[in-house]
Amino acid sequence: MIQSTGLQYRYPLGPQLQFPDVDVAQGAVLLLHGPSGCGKSTWLALAAGLIRPEFGTLTVADQPLQELRPAAVDAWRARTIGFLPQKLHLSASLTVSQNLAMAQWAAGQKQDLSRIREALMALDVAALADRKPGQLSGGQAQRVALARAVLLQPRVILADEPTASLDDETAAAAVQLLVQTAKRQHATLVIATHDARVAHCIPGGPSGEAGFGVLRLSRLAAPVGAA
Amino acid sequence: MKTLLFAWRFVWSRPASAALNVLLLSLGLASIGFLLLVGHQLNKAFDRDLAGIDLVVGAKGSPMQLILSGIFHMDVPPGNVKLSAVQALAKNPLVEQVIPLSLGDNLGGFRIVGTSHAYVQHYGVTLASGRLWDAPMQAVMGASVAKKLGLQVGTTFSGTHGLGAGGHDHGETRYTVVGVLAPSGSVLDRLILTDTASVWKIHDAHNAPYDHDDHDDHEVHGDGGTPVHASDAVRPADTREITMALLRYKTPLAAMSLPRFVNTTTDMQAAAPALEVSRLLHMLGLGTDVLRAFAGVLLLTAALSVFIALWSAVRERKGDLALLRMLGAPPTKVAALLLCEAVWLALIAAVAGLALAQLFTFLLAWGLQLDNSLLIAGTTWPVELWALPAMAIVVSIGAALLPAWGAYRVSVLELLQTR
Repeated sequence: MIQSTGLQYRYPLGPQLQFPDVDVAQGAVLLLHGPSGCGKSTWLALAAGLIRPEFGTLTVADQPLQELRPAAVDAWRARTIGFLPQKLHLSASLTVSQNLAMAQWAAGQKQDLSRIREALMALDVAALADRKPGQLSGGQAQRVALARAVLLQPRVILADEPTASLDDETAAAAVQLLVQTAKRQHATLVIATHDARVAHCIPGGPSGEAGFGVLRLSRLAAPVGAA
Repeated sequence: MKTLLFAWRFVWSRPASAALNVLLLSLGLASIGFLLLVGHQLNKAFDRDLAGIDLVVGAKGSPMQLILSGIFHMDVPPGNVKLSAVQALAKNPLVEQVIPLSLGDNLGGFRIVGTSHAYVQHYGVTLASGRLWDAPMQAVMGASVAKKLGLQVGTTFSGTHGLGAGGHDHGETRYTVVGVLAPSGSVLDRLILTDTASVWKIHDAHNAPYDHDDHDDHEVHGDGGTPVHASDAVRPADTREITMALLRYKTPLAAMSLPRFVNTTTDMQAAAPALEVSRLLHMLGLGTDVLRAFAGVLLLTAALSVFIALWSAVRERKGDLALLRMLGAPPTKVAALLLCEAVWLALIAAVAGLALAQLFTFLLAWGLQLDNSLLIAGTTWPVELWALPAMAIVVSIGAALLPAWGAYRVSVLELLQTR
């Protein structure tokens, strides 16, 4: 569940960014839509607790972020947020399962090999556990990165441009995989994208009960200086 | 623990760069370690062999030569002195003890030293087997000598004239081995000890006027700059000679007057070992300072190389490091990862550097034929040597501080914003 009211952020040398309010139920999908440079990254960073809003409130997975002490944010993020970056950032020097182990290390958790195997199996990439990322296809790598994102069973999954540079077919498959995975985990899914195809790939259609909410950002309404 | 493991994997994700850094670091460390080891072993050898000897009295010449030949048995002695003069000196109230030394012959390059039991007692060396001599022509072998020449109690041998191998053989007068000393690490390890009278006996018999053939042989005498026969002809007891004497003072005050007394009123010279050795170390010191500076520059280069490697690693892996933050790692953890990479480099380099330093020392000892005398390769671990791993860690952590700070501050927003 994600709720925001009157959210505003200002970059040190940039203009004020204002974000429309959102209210997304736990387990639902939010499409963060808009052209590049409209503040999608900033919104993701706010939701992940990486930066603090200048004004407004933001509650993510029952946690009002403004009440979280700065020192506790990292641990909260480790527990709550799963992140799928656009460039997958799998470490080339580590095997697939070591990449996942690194996520457990980053979160300050004990290494749990059975959980890693489980996460890889859920995404059909368990057979690739001992390969290096350089030996994976694009689609396999994205599945591995998704496995890493959901490894710690987060309540919120943030996906940043998951369909960039993918053809229509693969893009649809990627979005469906994301939605299925989030549903299975009963996690709230936020997809930040400038890609119009994404909305058509999510089953149920916009604003329906089984569908997804859209937070439409535009460069004109909320100009971004630095981003 | 896990941090170290991941750091290890990241270090070796760029094997060429890691190997180069380890090589540079370990070369710098090895140079410093080598200087430390050699310095330490020289000091130890000097301290050990000098202990309790206040003054060396011998023929006039270079005081340094007297010390080197009389205490460390590394140089040839300047000449002989009259036994009667040394005996007179022994009666001086300032003198506690006199140990006579007579040089002149060797066995397989090991010096045969005519002396008294006091020499053995002075270094506190015990017998591994047999006993000390109680008559002339009985010999006690130093531990290294016995081992290298394979001589045991009961065997006999004849000395060779001169202090190096290859002189005239005194085949007709044979020594009998009566004892072998236990290894002590002192100069006695590489000496063959016998009674002072043995040396006289060999050379008296050798030079007897009726023994003409031998007399001709005796022309070999001056060979190799070793004019060191204890006696040149059959003489009455009061013209007997020894090569030098080691003195111990009765009171520290003797240091003020005794050397001057010997140097001005007798035909002998007195040299204070402490003084000469500090002069020697001072002369060596100029050389080691240059080497030390060189090693320092090498280490600095290594530090710079580590810095560059880690700095570019942070730049290359900025995205990966930012992702770690996104996955919930606090900034300290990301910085620690980088510091651990530096620590790994330091540890590998320290081990390699120590091994290289020991190897260099061994090669030097072996190359200069100083093995088992001044330098004991591979067997010493002076406390100072711990400075090496410490130095390695300090240098590479120092070089990693700025990159680690970069990793600490890595902006996750940038990760989100790079398209």
